[in-house]
Amino acid sequence: MAGEHGILVVGELEESKMASITKELLGGARKLVDHGNEEVSLLLLGEKAAPFAQEGIQYGADKVYIAVHPSFSEFNSDACTFLVNDLCRKIRPSLCLMGQTDLGRDVAPRVAARLDAGLCMDCVEVSADSEQWLYLQARPVYGGRALAMMGSGEGRIQINTVRPKSMAPLSPQADRKGEIVKVPEGPDPSSIKVKCLKREAQEKAEFNLEEAKIIVAGGGGIGGTEGFQKIKELAKVLGGAVGATRVPVDEKWTPLSMEIGQTGKIVSPDLYVAVGISGAAQHITGVQKAKCIVAINKDPDANMFKFSDLGWVADYRVAVPALIEAFKKKLQ
Amino acid sequence: MEIITCIKQILDPDLPPAKFTIDAQKNRVIPPEGIPPVINPDDALAVEAALRIKEKKGGRITILTLGGKTAEDMVRKALAMGADEGRIISAPDFEGLDSFATAYLLSQAIRKVGKFDLVLCGRQAADWDFGAVGSVLAEFLGIPAVTRAKEISPLDGKLTVEKVSIAGSETLEVGLPALVTVSNELGKARIPSGWGIITAAKKEIPTWSLPDIGVDPSSGKLSARNKLLKLSAPSMERKCEWVKGDVPAEVAEKLAQKIMEKKVL
Repeated sequence: MAGEHGILVVGELEESKMASITKELLGGARKLVDHGNEEVSLLLLGEKAAPFAQEGIQYGADKVYIAVHPSFSEFNSDACTFLVNDLCRKIRPSLCLMGQTDLGRDVAPRVAARLDAGLCMDCVEVSADSEQWLYLQARPVYGGRALAMMGSGEGRIQINTVRPKSMAPLSPQADRKGEIVKVPEGPDPSSIKVKCLKREAQEKAEFNLEEAKIIVAGGGGIGGTEGFQKIKELAKVLGGAVGATRVPVDEKWTPLSMEIGQTGKIVSPDLYVAVGISGAAQHITGVQKAKCIVAINKDPDANMFKFSDLGWVADYRVAVPALIEAFKKKLQ
Repeated sequence: MEIITCIKQILDPDLPPAKFTIDAQKNRVIPPEGIPPVINPDDALAVEAALRIKEKKGGRITILTLGGKTAEDMVRKALAMGADEGRIISAPDFEGLDSFATAYLLSQAIRKVGKFDLVLCGRQAADWDFGAVGSVLAEFLGIPAVTRAKEISPLDGKLTVEKVSIAGSETLEVGLPALVTVSNELGKARIPSGWGIITAAKKEIPTWSLPDIGVDPSSGKLSARNKLLKLSAPSMERKCEWVKGDVPAEVAEKLAQKIMEKKVL
């Protein structure tokens, strides 16, 4: 690839730890370069980023760039776009990976526009095709009904955002060696056009859905906040998290943080119990990685059953309390 | 305020799964018979957002779309909702255009429209789920962008925008002209009134060709940066084992047992 070398991962920190998506991207990048001699670089942003450089190396980075200027401490799309664009021009990676996160969704298209780069958003797989010098990107389209395989062109940087839980992180190696490079410069002040006035964190979900091993979720069939109490009770007995589809969120029965599906969170639990969920394509796409899917719905023709391993045709008002009792006995 | 709203027509996302078929030769979805395309839901909300701003601050809303035969129906729907004018950019094979080509055509059309304060787009199209056109268009126009808005408040010469973020929400301030993409959290798009439909039916909707907006079709700017190699519909279906019994307690007991046997607890 004409002059382009290696992979740049744009890292993210959350609540003073390295975001799991960043570890996943490092693992994925490592896998892509391990056939050749190319380098994986990691960019970390903010004044507090320095202590994480070593961790980045342990998870697979060969070089860590730390942008320590205070303007990068809180996420600002303009500042971050400026920085990633600038770094890509300097180090010319063949591939730049970001998470399909607030940062990636905003920054990837803008940097691609500035660099005349290739762009694939929300990839679930990125592989290298050494014969044609192309990267192959798989991404779900049509609300998860179809999968598009995209080839990256030659002679330009390819920028991809990757869906969380699509790439596997490596186990950290304490003795891995790497180089740490400080980037002291801030962004050109004239490039900052949008100012953040206020940040509000929403009501925190009790569990992190993306990490949960067991999820009990309710859909439009639950009918209201009261019904969700039953869902919570079942989740509690199973030691799992509570999720929801788009209808309960739109109707404000549950907070947005609980939404699972194309427009919400993509989950990959061992057990997914879908209660009163019709099974719209955009929801299925968010749960298809679950090992075991159980559907409870009073409509035997509900689409959800087609995507489930176990099905019970029943009104949830009857089924959920019975299931709570059954599990209480079994899990004692 | 002069507002330009970009809309896209897409395959109805609520299409029943049985009607969703792919032409494996052409790597395209076969348009199902009898199910007309719709305005992309987030783009309809961009029209709604424009109307809400116009109600507060006055102004004019121009709808822009790329398309062929069915594009006029989409634009007329947006006019019936209350937008003032529409323009169609007649692009050959607009389905094959990537985000950059789309944004380039829109940017050229916007330059031809001339004066504007605000460009609104939906956050992403429910067919390709790419979510990049708005941001790329802002870059091409050299104006600031705010993505995934759930509320837009116009002030003098600037906007405050409440946007959806993974952690919750952010309130941002941006000077005009600017581009904002609108998320589904904005609410519901209004249904056109009878009067709206009647007035919209009478409006002229000019079509602009590529030369009209100063685009040379043979320049490389319309060719896709990433090639679509394959479009497939992998089945996500599973074999559902029905758990049955005479009373709920019996079914619950059986179901719990089967879940335990799968060793996922």
